[in-house]
Amino acid sequence: MSTTEILFWFLSALALVGATMVLISKNPVHSILWLIIVFFAISGHYILLNAQFLAIVNLIVYAGAIMVLFLFVVMLMNLNSDSEPQKNNRFKIAGAISGGCLMLIMIDVVRDAGEVQHAKALVKEGNIGLIKNLGMVLFRDYVIPFEISSVLFLAAMVGAVVIGKRD
Amino acid sequence: MPITYYIVLSIVLFCIGVVGVLTRRNAIIIFMCIELMLNAVNLLLVAFSKMHNGNAIATNPNSTVGIDGQLFVFFIMVVAAAEVCVGLSIIVMMYRNTHSVDVNFLNRLKN
Repeated sequence: MSTTEILFWFLSALALVGATMVLISKNPVHSILWLIIVFFAISGHYILLNAQFLAIVNLIVYAGAIMVLFLFVVMLMNLNSDSEPQKNNRFKIAGAISGGCLMLIMIDVVRDAGEVQHAKALVKEGNIGLIKNLGMVLFRDYVIPFEISSVLFLAAMVGAVVIGKRD
Repeated sequence: MPITYYIVLSIVLFCIGVVGVLTRRNAIIIFMCIELMLNAVNLLLVAFSKMHNGNAIATNPNSTVGIDGQLFVFFIMVVAAAEVCVGLSIIVMMYRNTHSVDVNFLNRLKN
């Protein structure tokens, strides 16, 4: 096995274990910390695919900003495993079965799809993930969506302040 | 790496998120599982972008085919950040009124 393959399997295992632990942790703070590990693993995948800009943005925006926001909210509410609402087992089993069925169906579809059977994703090479090339396309072809997303951010900011205001 | 590995990894991550939304009752955990699903899709978009780019640079080394996939990931992150900002303030508001983050409390909206 080459180094790339070892890294791929390690990061995949880390992401899957982290995602599972997000589900089964009783304490919300532990769930958040596991989710941060998942985001780090996904950033590792981006670096492996040579999408360096997205790897850094994923770390800064998701692991850095969004998860800190989650942590703040959880700590503000003082949630812990005692205050965790419990669902009865019947619903848990039903949820797991329906999610598992969805997974099996989608994996079966992929197994039968001819176009992707021998396709390979380029790892460690290619330069489309570099900030120079992404910036050129972003500010040439996608200027309008970029500007609209700034308006979206403004709306979200105002919305959060209005909703969070004590009335 | 074969693209099927990435597809299967993304599917499993996505389904873990779906199971989380279905089985947990804590509104914050449900929200985190939605983030997990968004990230699974992001990973798949980047993998497909590299797949198309790999096919294209075999003929033209400077080709930028597939770069749109990575830009869409960027926009998904933008929308996710805005969504988290509004969603968490709604959860904080809900906690302030009901002193709980249990989503089953909200079935009062039915009547």
